[in-house]
Amino acid sequence: MRLLPTGETLALPASDNSPAIIYLETGQEPITITRADLNREVERYGAVLAQSGIKPRDLVIIAHVQNLESIYAFWGTLLIGAVPSMFPTLTEKLDRQKYMDSMALLVKHSEARAVLTTVDFAPEMRAIVGCDVFDSEQLSAYVTQPGVYHTPSPEEIAFLQHSSGTTGLQKGVALSHRAVLNQLASYSDALGLATDDVIVSWLPLYHDMGLIAGFLLPLVLGIPLVLMSPFDWVQHPAMLLKAIDTYGGTFCWLPNFAYNHCARRIRKGDIEGLDLSHVRAYINCSEPVRHSSHQLFLERFEHLGVRAGQLAVSYAMAENTFAVTQTPIGEPANQHTVDRHMLENERRAVNSDAPGALVQVSCGPAIAGVDVCAVDEQGQPLPERHVGEIAIKSNCMLTGYYKRPDLNAHIFTEEGWYLTGDMGYIANGEVYIVGRKKDLIISGGKNVYPQDIEAIVNTIDGVHPGRTVVFGVPDEREGTELIAVIAETSITDKDEQQTIIRNIRRTIAEQTTITATYVSLVDRQWLLKTSSGKIARAAIRDKWLAERP
Amino acid sequence: MDDVREKLRTYITHELIRDPGYTLKDDEEIITGGLIDSFALAELAVYIEGEFDVYIPDPDLTVAKMNTLNQIYDRVMRDLAL
Repeated sequence: MRLLPTGETLALPASDNSPAIIYLETGQEPITITRADLNREVERYGAVLAQSGIKPRDLVIIAHVQNLESIYAFWGTLLIGAVPSMFPTLTEKLDRQKYMDSMALLVKHSEARAVLTTVDFAPEMRAIVGCDVFDSEQLSAYVTQPGVYHTPSPEEIAFLQHSSGTTGLQKGVALSHRAVLNQLASYSDALGLATDDVIVSWLPLYHDMGLIAGFLLPLVLGIPLVLMSPFDWVQHPAMLLKAIDTYGGTFCWLPNFAYNHCARRIRKGDIEGLDLSHVRAYINCSEPVRHSSHQLFLERFEHLGVRAGQLAVSYAMAENTFAVTQTPIGEPANQHTVDRHMLENERRAVNSDAPGALVQVSCGPAIAGVDVCAVDEQGQPLPERHVGEIAIKSNCMLTGYYKRPDLNAHIFTEEGWYLTGDMGYIANGEVYIVGRKKDLIISGGKNVYPQDIEAIVNTIDGVHPGRTVVFGVPDEREGTELIAVIAETSITDKDEQQTIIRNIRRTIAEQTTITATYVSLVDRQWLLKTSSGKIARAAIRDKWLAERP
Repeated sequence: MDDVREKLRTYITHELIRDPGYTLKDDEEIITGGLIDSFALAELAVYIEGEFDVYIPDPDLTVAKMNTLNQIYDRVMRDLAL
């Protein structure tokens, strides 16, 4: 039976004994949470929050590790009409103090009412953030009575999700109940989601793909979600395929690098005898899609039942709640082989079978309620197969960036289009993405602004301030862009240079969620500048690529 | 046994850090030090199985347990010594 969301505001289905969430963790027994368990816990969290003085429309930040408590905290907040927002998780390599500082900054700028966190983080967070902090123990220890719940209007903000944004300028994408429900309805329809589907996800809940496709979609529509932590999965990639086999998973969303990660880093013995033939789709999303990654995945797992018809694609963004497009389920995504020169220089996608031609994978047509086109620099729609900036209009768009009037004045064009910053073209009504308008790097599914990393490296001893450049290096093996850092120094001693390189790597690891793969020191004046004195990132990248061993 | 350590060191610097000239110290923090991403732990496990025929179970493949060459070497040797 096909599934569609009901009601005018986000809500969980009624209690019964069917599994809502099966939570997996390496070395632990699986935990099954029924809909009755889930509703009971969510109501308890909601009641505690209401008793603690959290009011409807208050912003509540959830700074947790990915686990069941963070899920109860999210839904408990929603239940009382307050606005939850999932904050990225503190990892083993991130600097703790830096994490706390960025939380304090976010609380200040967003005027958050409370932070919900783990028992471990709470004392430090209390000392630094200017709002209430509740830990998991407090939230579960309260003796509660049923709360009085606020029923929001469909236009009220349901929650915030974080868009990519430069450090210190976190953009909270505010989404109304109506926008989210419109997205869930259109997207479940595009997928043909039915009562016997099972979603398996390792994706983080602070990312739109994880929060919408790998969390809200199954919970709101009432189908089982098999969930694991992203940190567990990256270290143990076989657990995803084992879960699909064990629980009959039918849908799984993956950024492009994950196809390479699974194909290259799952040990043979870990997946012997698995049956993946029942999967309806692996959906490649949130990173540029590479045909070669699909091929690698297909070849590696064909013997387990993986077929080309399962490899679907979606184009999505937080500002549109999630999906903009979806390729038809059960069919391989369309693709073009186009002339590289024509694409790069003439900005047109012309079919070619010459050597060196580029394979462009389709992201499919727009889902219901979404209009999409490619526009030129004047904002005028372009004909099919002409590359321009992808623009969208939809019924699931953000209300605005939370507490950011500076940005909200310019979200939409006069004609009401949202300009995505992605460059691409339309062919036969399907969207093909070819690149980005700005310098954004997408590495391992994460959006990285080179300026952010450059600012960090510029503070390191031995590096000439203002003389660092960061760019992405497309990597066939990883199926994503790797990060290269080039910094000028006057220091010539090799040992001292090694120390600087170590400091650069360590500092990036501690202050960001990425790892720099290539770190090089160069002599003064190696970096090229534009005539206006700006760092010529693209030219430097070409020079580095040409000179690297 | 030193060749196991050197093979691991060479693999980590050449294939994971992608900098053959890098002098990796035995007790240097590889993941929290920003030399490799935690993704690479899974790759290391594939290499260790292929090269030394040692299968490291998932609960041992964590940043806390595999963050230095010493830790990785000790874990491999635990099985090789059997």
